[in-house]
Amino acid sequence: MIRMTNVSKKYPNGVTAIKDLSLTIEPGEFAYIVGPSGAGKSTFIKMLYHQLKATSGEIEVAGFDLIGMKDHDVPYLRRKMGVVFQDFKLLPRLTVFENVAYAMEVIEAEPQAIKDRVLEVLELVGLKGEIRRFPNELSGGEQQRVAVARAIVNRPDVLIADEPTGNLDPETSDGIMDILEAINERGTIVLMATHNKQMVNERTHRVLAIEDGRLVRDEKEGDYGYED
Amino acid sequence: MKIRTLKRHLNDSFKSLKRNGWMSIAAVSAVTVTLLLVGIFFAMIFNFNKISQDIENDVHVRVMIERGTTSKQKDQLQKKLEKIASVKEVTYSSRKKELNKVVGSYGQSFKMFTGDDNPLYDVYTVSTTKPSQTIKVAKQAKKLKYVYDATYGGNNAKKLFKVMSSVRKWGVGFTLLLLFVAVFLISNTIRITILSRRDEIGIMRLVGATNAYIRWPFLFEGAWVGLLGVIIPIIVIDLGYGWVYRHMALSMASAGYSMLKPGIFLFQLDLTMAVIGIVIGALGSVISMRRFLKI
Repeated sequence: MIRMTNVSKKYPNGVTAIKDLSLTIEPGEFAYIVGPSGAGKSTFIKMLYHQLKATSGEIEVAGFDLIGMKDHDVPYLRRKMGVVFQDFKLLPRLTVFENVAYAMEVIEAEPQAIKDRVLEVLELVGLKGEIRRFPNELSGGEQQRVAVARAIVNRPDVLIADEPTGNLDPETSDGIMDILEAINERGTIVLMATHNKQMVNERTHRVLAIEDGRLVRDEKEGDYGYED
Repeated sequence: MKIRTLKRHLNDSFKSLKRNGWMSIAAVSAVTVTLLLVGIFFAMIFNFNKISQDIENDVHVRVMIERGTTSKQKDQLQKKLEKIASVKEVTYSSRKKELNKVVGSYGQSFKMFTGDDNPLYDVYTVSTTKPSQTIKVAKQAKKLKYVYDATYGGNNAKKLFKVMSSVRKWGVGFTLLLLFVAVFLISNTIRITILSRRDEIGIMRLVGATNAYIRWPFLFEGAWVGLLGVIIPIIVIDLGYGWVYRHMALSMASAGYSMLKPGIFLFQLDLTMAVIGIVIGALGSVISMRRFLKI
């Protein structure tokens, strides 16, 4: 579960990126985060995986209290979450298999468990036949699928996707959405920041609209609501 | 830490060392230069300590007899020495015997000085009733006929302790400064290699790696840098010390002192340098990546 209560974030330069934001996302929910560029979406997402600390308010993610959290507990929060970025963030010197396995190796999982689980998630994202290829040998869509596989390999409670289809063509984006929805059906919270109007309108889910750091709209089955 | 994780970290550190090529060489060079100087200082300081101990323990007056003094004249000298107040015992030792002592403590190579080549003097070793009397006895002995020189530990000790104290002060200060510079150089060199791996560290953190897990490969990499950097200083100092030992030993032995024997001393010095190298390498590495591990 994700719970934010009166959360604000002020940067050292004086800019307040998030203002008094409160919301709750239950397990198994799929929510889009929409809003104009510079509205505070990235700040909102970064606070969830504790890349940024909130200035005030309360944040609870997957059972962790992020406000009182000690730095040495952050890795344990992140093991309960998966994060996917627009630019994939894969390690170029590692193969597809190794990139995904990496997330399990850092938590010192057993080698056999790593092998089984990595093949399982690569099958889910349709890349089981590409395990020996390197990121630079893959298309953008394939790289994003590797990133998704890495994000879910540790069976996270929450999957955060920051513009995961931003660099992809519509067909490839659909493929990624299929995967994210499949993961969501297994009970994982999926939180996705996007500017993809067509996708939000066609694949209806909860919509959280952020403008000027405030949550201005929270609709159970909303639409994008902005003109491109 | 699990064994396979340790293996993985070691493997990663080797790979990284290789991948960073010239940067690794630069860091290794920083350690090499530092440890070379540190090693030389250590060798000096430990030998100064040894000599000062020798001097402290030496409460005898060594009366060196002029060359060409006949046996009869030597007997006369002995009697005169025995008559000096506070003298307990006077023992004669020929230059041949003195050389044998040198050969005994410094090795067979000194046998080449036998016969006319022997640079040592016949010596009367005068022991006094009280160590405090050595100065007085030495002064009186020096005035006697057939005496080339009369030395005693105390005076040399005073001079040496003064030198020792400043060498120690400056040496320790200089060594600390060198180590600080080395850590700084290494941390900066490794920082450049870490900058290129910033994304990798970011991804490691993102997938839930603890700071300790992220730090290990870098720590090992720094330790390898330190260990590789210590090879040249060890070779240079071992060879150099051996050379100095062979050349200084005889002149020091004639004054009754000796340097530390190379065997165990060099082993200890090498080990110390290796430990220092590993520590400053690892420290430099860990310092340089600190800011990448902050939230």
